[in-house]
Amino acid sequence: MINSQLSTHHMKFAVLVNEGPYTHQASDSAYHFAKAVLRQGHEVLRVFFYHDGVNNSTRLTTPPQDDRNITQRWTDLASDHNIDLAVCVAAAQRRGIVDSAEARRNEKDTDNIAEGFRIAGLGQLIDMAVKADRLVTFGD
Amino acid sequence: MSKKRIVCLNRRAPHGTNYPQEGFEVALIGAAFDQDVAIAFVDDGVFQLKSEQNPRNLGLKNFTRSFGALADYEICEVYVEIESLTERGLVEDDLMTLIWEDEDDGDIEKPLLRFVGQDEMSQIISEADVVLNF
Amino acid sequence: MLHIVNKSPFEKNSLASCLRLSAEESTILLIEDAVYAALVNTSVSESVHRAMDEKRIVALEPDLAARGFDANHLINGVELVDYDGFVTLTVDNPKIQSWL
Repeated sequence: MINSQLSTHHMKFAVLVNEGPYTHQASDSAYHFAKAVLRQGHEVLRVFFYHDGVNNSTRLTTPPQDDRNITQRWTDLASDHNIDLAVCVAAAQRRGIVDSAEARRNEKDTDNIAEGFRIAGLGQLIDMAVKADRLVTFGD
Repeated sequence: MSKKRIVCLNRRAPHGTNYPQEGFEVALIGAAFDQDVAIAFVDDGVFQLKSEQNPRNLGLKNFTRSFGALADYEICEVYVEIESLTERGLVEDDLMTLIWEDEDDGDIEKPLLRFVGQDEMSQIISEADVVLNF
Repeated sequence: MLHIVNKSPFEKNSLASCLRLSAEESTILLIEDAVYAALVNTSVSESVHRAMDEKRIVALEPDLAARGFDANHLINGVELVDYDGFVTLTVDNPKIQSWL
């Protein structure tokens, strides 16, 4: 078995988020889990957003004031703990999530990816699955 | 990159949701990244293997035709749970015919789908380093 | 192996499939709507209770509390964890599967 030699005191976690915000609890669960991972002194290697999970990354998210801002929460977590938030490019393009480079390339009039997120290939999901000690998936 | 045993576990029917199609892309990418990838079909996932699917009149892409390319990606372990088939009134003949050429065995064409019972499926899941569910 | 289930057993077969296909000695963590599977006096209580002969069943307390239930409503033997306990389960089990 791989990685069995590693210390259990400090582990690298990968988190996969497969659902968008506000419909399903998955993104909330993933966030609370990631916070707890960090609280215990472990590392979150990457959070990968796939399927409708890519919808977590739009900076145009504007929830009512008395509700949590799920996108902002991820952005803050990424900047506070230097976490890589990777958004699958193919899933994102299907659902209208673009960064400035993708917007230019596809002749869109704006980008909408939030700070802290980056567009990435699906290979980054495999990469984190291989490199992390633990992969935990949240979805529908 | 080191190598892990990745099992893509499919438990959803095709077309009703897009999870199977995007899940299939993960399996292909995993193989392209030289990982040890196996695909397992359990519960409604077995419906993905039904032959003669035609969602094109609905404007949907028939991604299940791409299962024919699995062997080209060197994904040669595809497991189907017999109990899930039986529960859904399906038999082997209802499913698409997929083959791969075994390089280690004189390029003999072999059936790609391996039909396994619940205990073997349980073992396939237990033995994975990473299980990805779609 | 840690198996995470997040669906109500009254809506989806995720828990049934998990119980069917998980090996002995597995730990099954119920989160989100799957916490309803941990309650007493339901149509699935008996099968969950039986599963505990060979598997450990744990429910995520914040998800249970969010739905208006607490330890008093649980099948005897079901353990409760908070998010820190959730992380500990993932540290203790190198292999983790989410039954989406």
